[in-house]
Amino acid sequence: MLLIHCPWCGPRDEIEFKYGGEAHITRPTEPDALSDTEWADYLFMRTNAKGLHRERWVHSAGCRRWFNVARDTVTNEIFASYKMGEKPPVEGGS
Amino acid sequence: MPLTLLKYGLRCSYPSRPFLPDEREAKSTYDVVVIGGGGHGLAIAYYLAQDHGIRDVAVIERGYLGGGNTARNTAIIRANYLTPEGVAFYRESMELWRDLSNVLDINLMYSERGHLTLAHTDAAIRTMRWRAEVNKHLGVESEFVGLDDLATLCPELNLSRSVRFPILAALYHPTGATARHDAVAWGYARAAANRGVHILQETEVTGIVREGGRVIAVETNRGRIGCGRAVQAVAGTSVQVGAMAGLRLPIQPYPLQACVSVPVKPVLDPIVVSGSLHVYIWQSQRGELVMGGATDPYPLHGTRATLDFKESLTMHILELFPFLAEARLMRQWAGVTDMTADFAPIMGLTPLANYFVDAGWGTWGFKATPVAGKRMAECIATGRQPDILKPFHLERFRDFRLLGEKGAASVGH
Ligand SMILES: Cc1cc2nc3c(=O)[nH]c(=O)nc-3n(C[C@H](O)[C@H](O)[C@H](O)COP(=O)(O)OP(=O)(O)OC[C@H]3O[C@@H](n4cnc5c(N)ncnc54)[C@H](O)[C@@H]3O)c2cc1C
Ligand SMILES: [Zn+2]
Repeated sequence: MLLIHCPWCGPRDEIEFKYGGEAHITRPTEPDALSDTEWADYLFMRTNAKGLHRERWVHSAGCRRWFNVARDTVTNEIFASYKMGEKPPVEGGS
Repeated sequence: MPLTLLKYGLRCSYPSRPFLPDEREAKSTYDVVVIGGGGHGLAIAYYLAQDHGIRDVAVIERGYLGGGNTARNTAIIRANYLTPEGVAFYRESMELWRDLSNVLDINLMYSERGHLTLAHTDAAIRTMRWRAEVNKHLGVESEFVGLDDLATLCPELNLSRSVRFPILAALYHPTGATARHDAVAWGYARAAANRGVHILQETEVTGIVREGGRVIAVETNRGRIGCGRAVQAVAGTSVQVGAMAGLRLPIQPYPLQACVSVPVKPVLDPIVVSGSLHVYIWQSQRGELVMGGATDPYPLHGTRATLDFKESLTMHILELFPFLAEARLMRQWAGVTDMTADFAPIMGLTPLANYFVDAGWGTWGFKATPVAGKRMAECIATGRQPDILKPFHLERFRDFRLLGEKGAASVGH
């Protein structure tokens, strides 16, 4: 079980949270200007990092707020939690 | 038979005939290179040789034969999916399964024990009715059944109303089956090797060499191996291997866990699945209760097994079968599954003229081993996407023609 640090509530067990997919994917501001391929990319393609991965979690059984986590997808090591809109505190990965 | 046994006993070398012919020296180039020696890769190689006379084939496996998800899956075979495209495809696989022990001359212990998908909510009942109609329309045996029938089909089930999620009805698939998964890999491997296919174990593909929109070779830890065509069937590493060929695949890696109990006397005939409780269970011919559920909730390139998986799994299994409270777990494991957004596989042609993909098998690909092998071989041999594979083309994501198989595949596999 992961110990996840909620930026508002502190460290809590994984069961209190829900995974919300890869972070820092911005919704295209002008969807009409995109080709089908570009729109499909936005919807379905992910970096699938093997290693450092920035992802969204929601503290669903706690404060119910969304935030970001930098986690290693091979070892499950968590490097950092940070609030939505903040710059990732760890460099590297994809 | 007794004479054969005596002769065997008196020999000085065992086994007197190796199961697979000795591994041959890798050639510098092959007509077809199959990346991945799981059930799918081996089946592709077999049907290339058997159906299309293409024997200049190498299967390249980084570990040992069938040591990937083929070894890790819980062996459930069924065709009662939700989408017409899926049902037609898996029905063809069931037809191949029935005869496969004879064809491969190996006992696959294919056993049609019946498959029950329980409904605990009105929404589930609606899906079960829908699936039953789609299935029957396409010639797959499938019935919506109420509690009376359920009590006869599986008297061991706890049908009490005083549980957290009482069972309301079920989808019954009489031909739902299981098979000995390792034997599937070995059977296809031997049959392919006997037809001239080279099987190269402990050989990892580390790169794919391209020239003008075509693949010309693969890089491996044994050196470069040239190829006229190549296909990837690597399950959990689909995204990485695809990237070597310059492909981006809409796939994410999620671990799927399973476990078995110690062997007990026969107590359970059918396969029982509960989507609402996220569990399924059946009893193997060895007596082990095979149990599993949905994938882990977040991606991981690893095969660790967790306590929280077993906690929630056993809690729900005990609601269905309280008498199993004394049963002990014996083994647990996980495999990395290649999940797609629509819970359907990706098969066939790619933007590269001579490169083919068999991926996105997620948690449901074991049952498809025969049909995927046969139809992918056809695709490679002819260079055309067979009709039955058309809905599963990689381009469906760009064309927004997703298949929506989640309702029938997220727990039941
Ligand atoms: C716990 C669990 C339960 C499941 N239950 C069911 C079920 O009940 N019913 C069902 O139908 N399906 C089930 N599945 C899904 C099923 O196991 C898979 O979809 C299926 O086995 C995929 O077969 P494959 O041959 O494509 O993959 P694999 O058997 O994984 O074979 C791929 C092979 O490729 C090799 N490989 C990977 N990368 C490279 C490389 N770079 N170079 C060379 N070789 C490489 C791997 O070592 C591996 O042997 C389950 C899966 C799991 C994990
Ligand atoms: Zn919180």
